[in-house]
Amino acid sequence: MNTTQSTQVTQPIQRCNDFVIKFANVNGSGSASANELFARAIMRMGVPVAPRNIFPSNIQGMPTWYEMRVSAAGWLGRRGGCDLMVAMNPQTWDRDIAEIEPGGYLVYDSTKDLPKSRFREDITVLGIPLTEICNREYSDPRQRQLFKNIMYVGALTALLDMELDSVVKLIADQYRGKDKLIDANVNAIKLGYDYAKTHLSCPLGLRVERADGVGDMIFVNGNDACGLGAVFGGATVAGWYPITPSTSVIEAFANYCRKYRTDPDNGMARYAVVQAEDELASIGMVIGAAWNGARAFTATSGPGISLMQEFFGLAYFAEVPVVIFNVQRGGPSTGMPTRTQQSDLIACAYASHGDTKHVLLFPEDPYECFTLGAQAFDLADRLQTPVFVLLDLDIGMNDRLCKPFDWDDQRRYDRGKVMTAEQLEAGKNFGRYLDVDGDGIPWRTIPGTHPTKGAFFSRGTTRNAYAKYSEVGTDYVYNMERLRRKLETAKKLVPAPILQRASQPSRFGAIYYGSTGPAMAEAFALLEAQGIHVDTLRVRGFPFADEVIDFINARDAVFVVEQNESGQLRMLLINEGEVDPKRLIRVLHYDGTPITARFISGRITDALAAHKVTPLPIRKQVAS
Amino acid sequence: MTYLVKPKLLRADAPRNTLGYTRRDYEGAISTLCAGCGHDSISAAVVQACFDLDIEPHKVAKLSGIGCSSKTPDYFLGASHGFNTTHGRMPSVLTGAALANRDLIYLGVSGDGDSASIGIGQFAHAMRRGVNMTYIVENNGVYGLTKGQFSATADKGTKSKRGVVNNDTPIDLVALALQLGASYVARSFSGDKEQLIPLIKGALRHRGPAFIDVLSPCVTFNNHSGSTKSYDYVREHNEAVNRLDVILPRDHIQASYPPGSLRRIVQHDGSVLHLRKLEADYDPSDRVGAMNHLQERNALGEIVTGLLYVDSSAEELHRYLNTVEKPLNQLGDAYLCPGSKALEALNATLR
Repeated sequence: MNTTQSTQVTQPIQRCNDFVIKFANVNGSGSASANELFARAIMRMGVPVAPRNIFPSNIQGMPTWYEMRVSAAGWLGRRGGCDLMVAMNPQTWDRDIAEIEPGGYLVYDSTKDLPKSRFREDITVLGIPLTEICNREYSDPRQRQLFKNIMYVGALTALLDMELDSVVKLIADQYRGKDKLIDANVNAIKLGYDYAKTHLSCPLGLRVERADGVGDMIFVNGNDACGLGAVFGGATVAGWYPITPSTSVIEAFANYCRKYRTDPDNGMARYAVVQAEDELASIGMVIGAAWNGARAFTATSGPGISLMQEFFGLAYFAEVPVVIFNVQRGGPSTGMPTRTQQSDLIACAYASHGDTKHVLLFPEDPYECFTLGAQAFDLADRLQTPVFVLLDLDIGMNDRLCKPFDWDDQRRYDRGKVMTAEQLEAGKNFGRYLDVDGDGIPWRTIPGTHPTKGAFFSRGTTRNAYAKYSEVGTDYVYNMERLRRKLETAKKLVPAPILQRASQPSRFGAIYYGSTGPAMAEAFALLEAQGIHVDTLRVRGFPFADEVIDFINARDAVFVVEQNESGQLRMLLINEGEVDPKRLIRVLHYDGTPITARFISGRITDALAAHKVTPLPIRKQVAS
Repeated sequence: MTYLVKPKLLRADAPRNTLGYTRRDYEGAISTLCAGCGHDSISAAVVQACFDLDIEPHKVAKLSGIGCSSKTPDYFLGASHGFNTTHGRMPSVLTGAALANRDLIYLGVSGDGDSASIGIGQFAHAMRRGVNMTYIVENNGVYGLTKGQFSATADKGTKSKRGVVNNDTPIDLVALALQLGASYVARSFSGDKEQLIPLIKGALRHRGPAFIDVLSPCVTFNNHSGSTKSYDYVREHNEAVNRLDVILPRDHIQASYPPGSLRRIVQHDGSVLHLRKLEADYDPSDRVGAMNHLQERNALGEIVTGLLYVDSSAEELHRYLNTVEKPLNQLGDAYLCPGSKALEALNATLR
């Protein structure tokens, strides 16, 4: 507990539609749904909210937090710091209190007296006897527990000057058809609301005001979007094994398939989802299905990626188009199963023994989980190789505001170079591993295509261009060089990086990817506001498009911002782009929580100061 | 070397099946296994079985793991697609392939190391899941490619070529298959093609997981005295419970059997299994009885062969998943992609 600031006179924070609120709860207590209700209530008022669930690998009884960025400007990353703490967990009380910004606010259950030493003087303390009210109002122990959460949502509604009507309407929408639940929840909301109005001075310096910042955005999590992307991408077979935080990708796929892929005539399934006995079997099924011409995928996380290594090599070498959604979590080993990281880049980029290289896609948010998820199947078929969609727990398991999903009905699946019975009949030369088009991508046939032509024996062993077993060195080299050409082709097919130029020309750049995006966007604005101008480039695919390497080569130094300990994207850039390592400066955040805007801007500011960069006047000269 | 081209000398009077194919049309590349290897006899039996059943070669997908046995799919059914996968993991790849296209016939070929040692997990789960396949284990009790180490089916007390005695308890894949839900379970011997060919035919016409354990002596590393997987030992201890004839709907049955000596089982596709009883009391429709019989005879040192269990009403994975009749790999965009209208409606629920 931090008491050093208690001697200072700190003014309470005054901010409208721009703050961070955090809920410290015990997991399994029903807090998540109450907290989400609160987030949705703010969105209903047109104010963008980015909530993040920071939860333990546990079912009940351990600390869990729900951090919510409220930002009319639309910053959906973590900012850093906490302006209002709802401290409901005695286990974590001291660290929760310490985390509040000077001038911030604390809401807590004041049923039992706490010694003054457990508080801070530079914050506004708001006690609500939640347990006492609940015990008075409810007799069922479960209700006492659940409505305590709903009650603080009611109190916050008053404290933040929110519209009670819109919260009530939200509850009515959520529990439509279940009138008893509506009444009970609305009652609890009002209990909290009335208590705050009567006993506390409302509103606080923090306020929510109706705005127009949400528009037609949707609120969805990345795993759900990946599952949907797989449906739209034409996947029919999913083999999987449960692992946090990827499990809900498959659950979403199965749910959307039930909805969209059930044959209306007979109720039969136009898809197959099989829970395997382990990750090896799940990727094995996916490879078998893809080899046999179905679009197939699995979803997993770090330990699953480790287990699948041998099969990735087979899919790479036998050239089977498979898609893997890797929802990254903290590693190594079992690591932090319920915390986020971007630490599987190397494990995926060069997965398996021997000389391999794989196609990786880095979605930034649920919208891109959907679009890149669907695109992954086209890419896999086009390139006949595994394609990894690398998201992480932060994107995967947190609902996030994003662009609404869209789809072009004119779009047709690109099944790549699949030779048909007609083409075989017409005498087209078929060599399974023959580079007839010069792009390194051979033609394939699907089993059962033609009675006498086009059959081949797939294997992980070396072979000649006609798929015959061969230990001849030249056959091996031909094949490896073709695979290398194929990966060159991939550079042009993966999604292009996205450049954001600073408001003034800059000698500095920052490269980032995936879930770092929203925090990076806010950091960019924070830096600009300080007169620090850094061009940014969001990498969306690997092997890197030429623009990525060109971006680095055109600048004096480039910050590589990522969420792992070793700087894995930086390693790939050095290795693949032959970039001078000195010009790539690490900005690494890897404690398991999502990276914050303040962290990024702070590190970049410090690094530029250390480099004695006084960019503003120089840049003005350059600009003129 | 398999990249040598196999000479194709076809006699003008070579017999043809009703599709017009000769046996040659079911053969593959030249075998690279040791001369006298039991596995080559099994390959020949597969060729004969497919020829006899009038199977179109391209309607078969053959999959294997790693090892001597897993090389063999290259040596039969050259006009079929094949997939030589990773060690011990063929069952999962075959399962995925079967999910993608329910119309093909799936033939998995594996060995005792591939299925009972490294691959015991995938073997077990493919059986549990009810994958529609024929799964043949070419069982010689040793690792051939790495020169003679014991596998998990090596009997306790059996001696290696170098004289090392195996102390580990063997895994009986037939017993496992019975326990785990395989709906057609047989054991045979590569040296007895009269028994083996019909067993393969019955399996190929079976719906559900069909498992055949074929004792297939390794002439190089496990054919010496003191080995329980040698040609001599298996011949001496082979106790067949029955003899099978597979009768297709098109066939006219001419053979006559003494009363009470025949068991007739009709499979889902109309093919009929004629089982000539060798053990009067043996009932191949009794799973528990089969397991008991196997254990009792095993304790006496006998190798029980024949069609040990069959459930002709068995279902398979596609039925459990309720997948559409049309193979999943043939569904077009219109059947798979919900389209923009569905997405707009979905978006509305996410606000």
